[in-house]
Amino acid sequence: MELRLSSALAWRGVGSALAQRLLQAALVALLVGTLCFFMTRMLPGDMAYRIAAGRYGYDMVTTAAADAVRLELGLDRPWLAALAEWWGRLLQFDLGVSQVTAQPVTLEIARQLGPTVNLSLLAMLFSLLVGPLLGVLAGLNPGGLLDRLTLGVSVVLRALPSFLLGLVLVLVFSVKLGVLPAAGHDDHGSMVLPALTLALGMAAVSCRVARDAMVQVRGSAYFAFALTKGLSMRQALLRHGLRNVAAPVVAYLGVQLVYLVEGVVLVETIFAWPGIGHALVHAIFSRDVPMIQGTALVLGLMFVLFNALVDTACAFIDPRRRV
Amino acid sequence: MSTQSLSPDIVIDAPPARRFGRAQLAGMVLLGAIGLFALFGPWLVGIDPARQQLERFLEHPSLAHPLGFDQLGRDMLARLAHGARLSLALAAVSVLSAAIPGTLLGLLAAWRGGWLERVLAAFADAVLALPGLLLVLLLTAFTPGGFWPLYVGISLALWVEYFRVVRAASRILLASPHVEAARLLGFGPTHIVRRHLLPELLPRLFTLMRFGFAGAVLAMSALGFVGVGLQPPTPELGVMMIELLPYYGEAPWLIGAPVLTLFLTLLGLLLLAPEREVA
Repeated sequence: MELRLSSALAWRGVGSALAQRLLQAALVALLVGTLCFFMTRMLPGDMAYRIAAGRYGYDMVTTAAADAVRLELGLDRPWLAALAEWWGRLLQFDLGVSQVTAQPVTLEIARQLGPTVNLSLLAMLFSLLVGPLLGVLAGLNPGGLLDRLTLGVSVVLRALPSFLLGLVLVLVFSVKLGVLPAAGHDDHGSMVLPALTLALGMAAVSCRVARDAMVQVRGSAYFAFALTKGLSMRQALLRHGLRNVAAPVVAYLGVQLVYLVEGVVLVETIFAWPGIGHALVHAIFSRDVPMIQGTALVLGLMFVLFNALVDTACAFIDPRRRV
Repeated sequence: MSTQSLSPDIVIDAPPARRFGRAQLAGMVLLGAIGLFALFGPWLVGIDPARQQLERFLEHPSLAHPLGFDQLGRDMLARLAHGARLSLALAAVSVLSAAIPGTLLGLLAAWRGGWLERVLAAFADAVLALPGLLLVLLLTAFTPGGFWPLYVGISLALWVEYFRVVRAASRILLASPHVEAARLLGFGPTHIVRRHLLPELLPRLFTLMRFGFAGAVLAMSALGFVGVGLQPPTPELGVMMIELLPYYGEAPWLIGAPVLTLFLTLLGLLLLAPEREVA
């Protein structure tokens, strides 16, 4: 009975957090959609001519054809009406057609989403394996060799932007040692370097967060009591310590998601990883507005979704946040 | 001093806490050196960073040209100095144009409350819904290669932090007894903000500015590096890195120069943090 009650409370807390995330998702769509609408309006040249040229070929465009397109697509209407229609189509998940490949944007994104999600998840997994583990070990002996070493490495990694870190990793592992592929997307080996680039940047921070949490746990009364009542260090850590270290680490993951999503764009571009971030940068090169809108939208929504997952995880690690 | 040596157990005169830690001093020296280089470097070197002497391409460093020449025979030190100036100037300008309106709007929202606060908060939430770099990328898509979308995008992404932090802190401060007393004594808003709010807010604003400055330098060079920021032949750090990458085997010092400049700038900003924030 009591258990049911507490888990119902948990879901209520999570529910209100998720409602906020839904609102955030709507804001992402509104922001990206509006910006991209004005982007189409500000492209140089006459839009009706451009679309007519795309349809009939550049030598076949006449004023009559352009006017027909203008009438058909309603390009002559005031911009507020056009903006309303743009939003309407966005609401129906109609993202339009890529102006470069002439394929529906949703189809393109469906192909690129997999690599991006795989890369982000692997990066997060790497960072959670390395960072908090080293942090806990460093926190067990603050001021010790490992603590000072991880502090130094973490400061250097945090001052090294992700695209330079990727470059360093390529130079070491691909060029000098020749053990991992530098770019591309053929087998599983090619995912290691981009994922490692993202993961090291995140681990540099989560390691210090875990270390500080561990130092605090060691100084706490409940930990001292666990040791006094006869638990071994290992038992006390597993039963009382780790959950309290996990809470700030997971909460901080929410902050790190910004780094992850921004990093995905840069790292995918550098490693020619065929994901959404790579597609976004190339859509900007070629001024392919439907693709810019689609990819930015999906990246933004991915950011919101990961945030929602972190919220949920926080609520289940720390019972105090469930109310 | 003498009281300490009398009884080691009870420290009456605690030694005055050092104002700056060692890491902070190192950060200040680093940033000071880079700042001076950016400010006076272009003038001291005195060579046009766009002047090509194609016959001298990839020439090794010499006394007259300490960093040699790049792949198009342009003086590398001149390009580096101009690149550092560009990065720091953009960062300084966008941090200022984010911090000043952000702080003022935060104060206004906390002071006035009501619909004004709600509208501003909703706008801030909309900007924060996207990671900052995505917002900057979307704005650069309007006019690729321009300076203005970078500046506007970075400032737009940054002001939200100031607004939120200032609003949250000011709301608590404005409700506190000492501000209430000042208000009852008849002091006006300017006096209360200057005497009671700003001293509390400044350390937090300083932290935000450090992060904002690093973010701006980083965003500019990252976009230049992947090719959607400023375009060649602009001497920008990220653009220089990607241009010189193919020559890293023959002339590692060329790509090393902008990489090291960027790294030391970010390291300096990181070290500038008060002791407890670094750890």
